[in-house]
This record gives sequence, structure tokens and C-alpha cells, in this order.
Amino acid sequence: MAEDTGTLGRSAAVFKASMQWRRLKSHFFVVLGLLSVLLGVVALLVLLVDVIVQGSGWLDWQFFTSFDSRFPARAGIKAALFGTLYMMVFTMLLAVPIGVMTAIYLEEYAGDNWFTQFIQVNIANLAGVPSIVYGLLGLQVFVRIMEMGRSVLAGSCTMALLILPIIIVASREAIRAVPPSMREASFALGASKWETVRHHVLPYALPGMLTGAILAAARAIGETAPLITIGALTFVPFLPEHPLDRFTVLPIQIFNWVSRAQSEFHHLAAAGIIVLLVVLIILNSVAIYLRQRLRTRY
Amino acid sequence: MAEDVSPFSHYPPRNDMSSRASRRFKEEAIRYVLLATATLSIVTTLGILLSLTGETLFFFREVSLVEFLTETEWTPLFAIKKFGIWPLVTATALVAFIALAVAIPTGLLIAIYLSEFASTRVRDVVKPVLEVLAGVPTVVYGYFALTLVTPILQEFIPGMRIFNALSAGIVMGIMIIPMVASLSEDAIGAVPQALREGAYGLGATRFEVALQVVVPAALSGIVASAVLALSRAVGETMIVSIAAGQNPTFTLDPRVPIETMTAYIVQVSLGDTPFASLEYRTIFAVGIMLFFLTFAMNIFAHWFVRRFREEYD
Repeated sequence: MAEDTGTLGRSAAVFKASMQWRRLKSHFFVVLGLLSVLLGVVALLVLLVDVIVQGSGWLDWQFFTSFDSRFPARAGIKAALFGTLYMMVFTMLLAVPIGVMTAIYLEEYAGDNWFTQFIQVNIANLAGVPSIVYGLLGLQVFVRIMEMGRSVLAGSCTMALLILPIIIVASREAIRAVPPSMREASFALGASKWETVRHHVLPYALPGMLTGAILAAARAIGETAPLITIGALTFVPFLPEHPLDRFTVLPIQIFNWVSRAQSEFHHLAAAGIIVLLVVLIILNSVAIYLRQRLRTRY
Repeated sequence: MAEDVSPFSHYPPRNDMSSRASRRFKEEAIRYVLLATATLSIVTTLGILLSLTGETLFFFREVSLVEFLTETEWTPLFAIKKFGIWPLVTATALVAFIALAVAIPTGLLIAIYLSEFASTRVRDVVKPVLEVLAGVPTVVYGYFALTLVTPILQEFIPGMRIFNALSAGIVMGIMIIPMVASLSEDAIGAVPQALREGAYGLGATRFEVALQVVVPAALSGIVASAVLALSRAVGETMIVSIAAGQNPTFTLDPRVPIETMTAYIVQVSLGDTPFASLEYRTIFAVGIMLFFLTFAMNIFAHWFVRRFREEYD
């Protein structure tokens, strides 16, 4: 019987076998893909669970109201919390106006010439510069040449330069999403360029810009390296009262505790990480909410 | 005073010549203010270049470039000072290599899986997880490496020290996965649907479409994502400062403490090094190498995409 089917039957059998193998490869790949995805998900879960297990016992009122201490039981994040807050206020005050104005220039005013191209390439490159290099810039220019010392202000200036590319890129996208008909309608009514931008483009682009600014703030809150480089002090038993006072921030406090040998300090670090992550989750949720609202409006 | 009642009183009078001139002046002034802020990005780049090169030139007045590039010991903080950059370079390369060995296969598999195989529901779960992973501060990853990954590795690998390149590299790889995944997915998403349909029409399976049609078509973007990941790994600071140690050792052994370029800058910054001392200048010499290394990689990645992109229009 088998011989009767001839060459056609044999090649059909060969095809069937090879097809099975080809399908198997597809299934195998799906498994590999799922495993890779799982690696990311599991890493995140393990990280979160570990931090909560290690740190939650140390999260009490005392932890928020105490300065750092040599004794783990008495150490807290008061200075770091206020330092982060002050630094972020100054950073955003510097970075948001400059970033938004740069975005307005590039989107609404700049001609299509080599200079505009140069600025754009330059911003793209700045986004790829390692954060610690910004720290060296801040150390040399703000701390040393401008004599701000290792202060809140020097840290904020450094951080503002670091997040500027993020704010510019986000603001440009928000401006680009404003339909041209808005501008044309405004021009038709006799408004000047700036009046058009100020009264019609900016209000529409605002939620997008805000989202970008919040994400940039989230990035700045978690940054450690540039602030260590400019010498943000790790032991600060006081609250900064002046822009030129020394300061510490949450990630530096965490770094400080992680670097100690005693395991009690590692628990403190975990507690600090919980606070940091909660702040970041809140910021990101606000950004996602704004993005969602933006989507429903258009 | 009667004009004040008019609903249009807050508009500037248009037929007044002097007011028109002042309006034009205001418009021009605003243009120049905006131009000035846009120029700040160029000033920033210049500032980075000048502050790095300035101190580096002072550094090379005291240390010869030959010693910097041929010596294999780096001991600027000891009594007998030696300035060979190689221990820092090999350490950086070692950690970056381990990180990429984790991040590129995983990130690429995730990208291909999400864009070619996964259902929308899976994608809706995985994408936010990747975004969260990308948003976790690096100091948290450092904690993760030192207090969780290293003890686990010590169980399995004999001779594994508390500070080592392997743990830092693996965790850095996990940190970079979202970046590789999202950049590769962008490249894969840019491959026209017609290409896939053509391959399915010829009887190809999903695996064959993904690996033999889509990936080759998106290869330039995938290579660029790998180069950008390398640049990110070289510039990453906190994970290596916390978990890889502060011992500049000329070795490729992933089990022992080492010191990367970035970790060295952190180590010096933590001490109260006086301005204008030789130790102070070493971090700028190391910083300028870091800057040009990452700069070259970023430029290369962008050039590569533009040069080798497959055009299907």
C-alpha cells in the first residue's frame, strides 16, 4: 500500500514532518519570549517584595522626623526629605521655563537652517551624556567657578541642566500636537506670533508639557550620581534654610545607608527606598492621568 | 473714561503708530529671548567640554599620557601614585559586557515577542511593567544587587566576594532590558505590514516571519539599540559604586571587587578632596574619557540607523 502512493505521498510525509518541526520552533520561541517577559516581571516583583519585607518594619513616625544618626534606631530621613523637596522646587523653577521656551523657539520660531539643526542634534546628544558627567560640570562651574559651594542651589542648577533635554523633547511633542488650524484662526483674527503662541498654542499644549515636566521631575528625584559628584553632603543633621546651605537628598541618604556594613542600616535603606518609590509612583500616576485626559480631549 | 466700559477695551488700539512700533519691538524682543534659551543647550555642551578639558590639561601637565595609557595600576589615592587607566577601563568593559549579555537577548526577545506573537492583553500588562522597571532609580538597583543578588550568587559560585562585577552586571542588565526592548520594538514596529503578509502568503510560520523577515528588516534599529545600551552601561554609576567595589584591579575575573570609571569618580567625590589637587583632576581626566566614549557610541548609533535603514517606500 505504502509503495502505491508513490513520490507524491513520500514528499507529503516529508512536508508534514518538516511542518511539525517548523511549528515547534514557533512554539519554542513563544516560550522563550514568555520567559524573557517573566524575567522582567519577576525581577520587579522580587525587588518590591524584598524592599517591603526588609524596610516596612522601620517605617514609623520617628523615621520621618529624625535626622541621620550613627545609631540605626534613631536615624531618619527628615533632612533628605526636605533636601529633595527644596532641590526639586529650584530645579523645576529653572528647568521648566527654559525647557518650554526652548521648545517654543524650536517649534514656532526657528527657521529650517543649519543653526536649528545644530541645536537639535546638540539636544539629542545631551540626552545621552552620562549623568555623572553633568556632576563634573556642576562641580567645576557651579560649585567652584560661580562659588555656590556644595549647596542646594548648585545641586538644582546641575539637575536642571540634566533634565532639560527631557523637558524640551516632551514640550516640543506637546506643541506639535496642537493643530495648525488653531494658529491660522488666531492669525486670521489679527493676533501676532507671540499672542498666538501665548493664548492659543500654550494652553492646548499645557497638559502634554505638564506630563513631560512631571516625568522629568521623577527622573531628577531618583538621580544620585551627579549630586554625589558636586559633593552633596551625606551627613546633614540640619534642614537647609538658605539656597546656599549644604543639603542631602533621599537617594544619597539611601546610598549612604547601603554602603554601611551593619545590616540594620540596610533595613533603613530599604525603608528609604519604600518612601522614594511611593513618591515616584504618585508622580507617575499623575502623569498617566494627565496623559489619559489629554487623549480624551483630542 | 467712557472707553473703559467697552468690551474691547483690553485690546491694544491698533491704529496708533507708536503702539504698533512698540508691539513690533515686543515681538522681536520675545523672539530673541526664546533664541537665547535655545542657545543654552549649546552653552551646556561647551561648558561640559571646557570644564573637562581644562582640568584634564592640568592633569596631563603632571602625569604623562604614556603612563596614563600604558601603566596597568591605578593608585592615585595611595602614597605611591600610579596613573594607568586600564584597570578602570577593563572593569567598565567587564561590567558592561555582563550587562549586555543579560539585556540584549532578553530585551530583543521581549520586543519580538510583544510585537509579533503576544496578544493585546499580554502587551497591556507587560508594557507598564517595563515602564516601571525603567523608572526605578539606579540607587535602588544597587541595593538590589548588593543585598539580594550577591548573597544568592555566593551560594552557587565559589570564591564570589561581597563586591563583584557579576552581580552588578546582571542587575545593570535587568535595568537596561526596558531600554533595549522599547528601542527594538520601535524598529520592529517600523517594518511595513506588507512584508509580513508577503511572507505569510508564501507559507512561512510565525517564527520564520519574525526571524527571517522582520528582524533582518529592522536590524539597523536593533543594532543601534544595542549600541545605545552599551553607552548607557558604560555611563551607569550607582549600581557599580554600590555593588562592584572600589578596588581598581587589572582583571577580568567577575567574582572579585573592581572599580569602574564612574565608581572611581564617586569614590573621589565622597572624600573631601581639595580643589586643584592632582586627585581632584584625575576625576576630570576619567570623566573626559567617559564623555567621549559615550558620545562616540551615541553618534555611531544614530549614524548607523540613518546609513543602514531599509527603506520600503
